[in-house]
Amino acid sequence: MMNHTWKNQYKLSPGTNVTGRWHSKQYKIIKELGFGANGVVYLAKNNNTQVALKMSDNGMSITSEVNVLKSFAKVQGQETLGPSLFDVDDWQVGRGNSRPISFYVMEYIQGPDLLSFLEQKGKSWMPILFLQLLNDLDKLHGSGWIFGDLKPENLIVTGPPPKIRCIDVGGTTIEGRAIKEFTEFYDRGYWGLGSRKAEATYDLFSAAMMMINTAYPKRFKKTTGGIEQLREAIRLKPELHRYERVILKALMGHYPSASQMRSDLLDTISDQPKKDSKPVSKGSRPSQHSTQSPKGNINISRRDFRKKKKKSGWLEFFFIAIVLSVLYGLYIFLKLL
Amino acid sequence: MYTGKIRQILLITDGCSNQGEDPIAMAALAHEQGITVNVIGVMEHDVIDEKGMTEIEGIAASGGGVSQIVYAEALSQTVQMVTRKAMNQTIQGVVNRELQQILGRSKTMEDLPPEKRGEVMEVVDELGETVELEVLILVDTSASMKQKLPTVKEALLDLSLSLNARSGDNQFSVYVFPGKKNDVERLLDWTPNLQNLTSIFSKLTTGGITPTGPAIRTALTSFNQKRSLRSLLSDDDESYMEESI
Repeated sequence: MMNHTWKNQYKLSPGTNVTGRWHSKQYKIIKELGFGANGVVYLAKNNNTQVALKMSDNGMSITSEVNVLKSFAKVQGQETLGPSLFDVDDWQVGRGNSRPISFYVMEYIQGPDLLSFLEQKGKSWMPILFLQLLNDLDKLHGSGWIFGDLKPENLIVTGPPPKIRCIDVGGTTIEGRAIKEFTEFYDRGYWGLGSRKAEATYDLFSAAMMMINTAYPKRFKKTTGGIEQLREAIRLKPELHRYERVILKALMGHYPSASQMRSDLLDTISDQPKKDSKPVSKGSRPSQHSTQSPKGNINISRRDFRKKKKKSGWLEFFFIAIVLSVLYGLYIFLKLL
Repeated sequence: MYTGKIRQILLITDGCSNQGEDPIAMAALAHEQGITVNVIGVMEHDVIDEKGMTEIEGIAASGGGVSQIVYAEALSQTVQMVTRKAMNQTIQGVVNRELQQILGRSKTMEDLPPEKRGEVMEVVDELGETVELEVLILVDTSASMKQKLPTVKEALLDLSLSLNARSGDNQFSVYVFPGKKNDVERLLDWTPNLQNLTSIFSKLTTGGITPTGPAIRTALTSFNQKRSLRSLLSDDDESYMEESI
């Protein structure tokens, strides 16, 4: 049975002490940070350090998330995308025979979520944060995991200096399996653009949808679905035009890895002045290219050709002169003998 | 590795039954045969009354499954979540029984220290990915469901998308109640893919009565027929995963 009343039953008031029955560490609840399908996250204090404590009546989901966090720590070293894990334990409420509640304790990642950050600090941060995210995703994919439930609510910008981190690893799935958890707007299956298999392209689709999301903070519903609706959505927002190519490529699953999407995004930002002067509609650009560049190529190659010819002429001259002088020297030498 | 099969009935309804056997008893009968019954109550502008709620929760409880009440727009997400959750519950039941055999009576996963639990969880995850799954979907087509049927269709297509991302096999079958002639009518026989629903669903007509109990009973025979057909074709014994209570 699904528990509808979890929130009321186990709502912990500030000041409650939570003690683990295996490791006997004590945590003092400060306040509730968030509430989701898989449990409640509290801000808590242990030995004067602030930590985040996640509690759930579903011990399985706690264990599952702990597994993910542990494997994150193994592979990624110091700077991880997800929070670091401090403790896992059960809490026996009261003295009765009631079932103990599973919880785990992790690093408290503080800051606004992705969309609020962009609202505060301006849209110019958007590509930078996505470069960071794609870098982290590349590392994650490299270790055989797919994030799954990638969405702005799960991404926190800490700092300064601003750094993107994720706070919910509930959807993280081993590559090749079926995605465990997802949110419709960021799910390629919902848009009819792919399967729900955990692959790098799945995360990159979600990342591209988040880029669209920055221009549509309230998201939008599926009407016709498919790439056409999304392409239209990009067209309607001038701020997205610059990234159109990268977003579409990611939506269609054409990036085999996060690092390739990252380098494309980096290119897009770097040659910004050039791109701005060009019309966004692609009609005139290729024709310019086709008329101008071949001429340029010919000019360059002719000049090169002449240069080469000059150089080789001088070499020839010296070679013949040396051969002749050697032969002449030999002739004189023999004559003198 | 355990190569069992998980069998589920997914009942999608918006209210109380009003004809035939008690659906809660029929759900208990299903549970006895190793079939889990999950119920989703769909609301739109209407609200499910207390009697309907009690019945929905009762069916899931005696059917060993999961129940959830949702608004129509959240149906897709819920259908896949409920199916998955029930599947994991069944697998956990199996794993817990195995653990009891190894560790002795009354030991479950929760009695293990958190460090050991992770390893057991990996087994559960692995099973959830690879186990064979049979879902029989029972859709209430009483008059009040008429407007919700397109959403139900979308949700079922979405379910097959989710489950087919697993590496294990899936079989789906769809029944509606009330049917044209009988209490229940088969819309789609066992198939790994629900794509065919698109054309069939648009032709559906809705009726007045809600014979939930008889619908569950007929659904059970569909599982049994399948089993006997299979046993004719091949001699290997099929094992079924049964929920431990």
